[in-house]
Amino acid sequence: MLLIPCPHCGPRNETEFHYGGQAHVAYPDRPDLLSDDEWAEYLFFRDNPKGLFAERWVHGTGCRKWFNVVRDTVTYRIEAVYRLDQPRPELTATTGGAR
Amino acid sequence: MSTTTTTKPLPEHPDWLWHNPDPKPSYDAIVVGGGGHGIATAYYLAKNHGLTNIAVLEKGWLAGGNMARNTTIIRSNYLLDESAAIYEFALKLWEQLPEELDYDFLFSQRGVLNLAHTLQDVREGTRRVNANKLNGVDADWLSADEVAKVCPIVNVSPDLRYPVLGGTFQPRAGIAKHDHVAWAFARACDRMGVDIIQNCEVTDFVKDGNRVVGVETNRGRILAGRVGLTAAGHSSVLAARAGFRLPVQSHPLQALVSELNEPVHPTVVMSNHVHVYVSQAHKGELVMGAGVDSYTGYGQRGSFHVIEHQMAAAVELFPIFARAHLLRTWGGIVDVSPDASPIIGATPVENLFVNCGWGTGGFKATPSAGWVMAHTMATGEPHPLNVPFTLERFVTGALIDEHGAAAVAH
Ligand SMILES: Cc1cc2nc3c(=O)[nH]c(=O)nc-3n(C[C@H](O)[C@H](O)[C@H](O)COP(=O)(O)OP(=O)(O)OC[C@H]3O[C@@H](n4cnc5c(N)ncnc54)[C@H](O)[C@@H]3O)c2cc1C
Ligand SMILES: [Zn+2]
Repeated sequence: MLLIPCPHCGPRNETEFHYGGQAHVAYPDRPDLLSDDEWAEYLFFRDNPKGLFAERWVHGTGCRKWFNVVRDTVTYRIEAVYRLDQPRPELTATTGGAR
Repeated sequence: MSTTTTTKPLPEHPDWLWHNPDPKPSYDAIVVGGGGHGIATAYYLAKNHGLTNIAVLEKGWLAGGNMARNTTIIRSNYLLDESAAIYEFALKLWEQLPEELDYDFLFSQRGVLNLAHTLQDVREGTRRVNANKLNGVDADWLSADEVAKVCPIVNVSPDLRYPVLGGTFQPRAGIAKHDHVAWAFARACDRMGVDIIQNCEVTDFVKDGNRVVGVETNRGRILAGRVGLTAAGHSSVLAARAGFRLPVQSHPLQALVSELNEPVHPTVVMSNHVHVYVSQAHKGELVMGAGVDSYTGYGQRGSFHVIEHQMAAAVELFPIFARAHLLRTWGGIVDVSPDASPIIGATPVENLFVNCGWGTGGFKATPSAGWVMAHTMATGEPHPLNVPFTLERFVTGALIDEHGAAAVAH
């Protein structure tokens, strides 16, 4: 079980949270102008790195707020936690990283 | 359906299954990933298409990935026509493979029960039974009492939090011994001259313009006319190396076994709603699994609460399991696609083909995945069975939405 440090409530068990997938995927500015390929990218294609991954979690049974996490998908270690209005922190992989 | 299969003596392990050759500098075709799908692809490349100057490159050991980590459930009772076709083709192949490969890998057609616990489950189940029958897939709808006749240890009492309201039953479904399946294919491949190369990790692709002409590995550069990716959880890592994206997410999927018990469980039971699936291996372990961990991961392990949840479901459905002990848990890395259906076919890179996205349910499709992947690699055109399963469907929108449509995801 992951111990997830909610930026608002502090460290809590994973069972209090729901996973929200890749972070920083913005809704298209002009959806009416998107090609089929661009729609496919937006709807179905997400990064799936072996290493550091910026992802969203929501503290469903706590403060109920969404926030972002940078987690290593090999060790599962959480390397950074930040609010939605903060930029992704720059980190270098400590494990498998860019493999 | 019978319980005799659980009491007959286990077959001896045949010696001399395959050799461990060094890689040659070049092959007609290379298959990346020595799991079930990779080894079956190589088998049908050699057997159906006469391509024997080929190699399977496996970064670890044969079947060390999901192939020997799965809960071995084989069934073809999928709702949608495209899925029913490819899984039923696989089931027909399973029925002939022990003889064809001359290897008793304990394929046991003890049936699969998919339980219904809600009105919605009942509607979904009866609809699926009808769809299965129209597609020539054996299927019956059973009442709760009939469920208890097929599997007497299931608790069908109305007092359950989610009582059993009935279920679907596919008598031809069942289980097989997964590692032996891999070895059976491997021995047959080896005899036809296929090189099975373990401890050989593909790290990059050699390209001539947009055409793949070989791979870089930890054992040097190996050239190839065609390359097929059958790397399951690592498919998108390899695709990124080759310069394209795949719409799959890799998740940990866990399973577990109890210690050895007397034969008590004559079939396979799956419950989507309370979420556990259980069979009893020939040796006597209760084999259980459930859903993926929510987060993505390459760690071949997941979180404990997922195991706790499936044990709670198992004990509710099978009160007799309450005193069984958990012996081992483990995880694999499954590549889940947006519509929970596989992706099999061409990629944006010429002569590079992919078979991925089987997620939590690809063991049962091992023979058909290999068959159609071999066809696609050998002829450059998809087999009729994998025409619908292209990568392009995520652009055209012609999804094969088995998510929620299939009995459960396994
Ligand atoms: C716990 C669990 C339970 C499951 N239960 C069922 C079930 O009951 N029924 C069912 O139908 N399916 C089930 N599945 C799904 C099924 O196991 C998979 O869909 C199927 O095994 C995937 O195909 P494969 O056998 O080729 O994969 P794998 O065995 O994972 O093969 C992929 C191989 O590629 C290799 N590889 C990766 N990267 C590289 C590289 N760079 N170079 C060389 N080699 C590489 C890996 O080491 C691996 O051996 C389950 C899976 C899990 C994890
Ligand atoms: Zn919180």
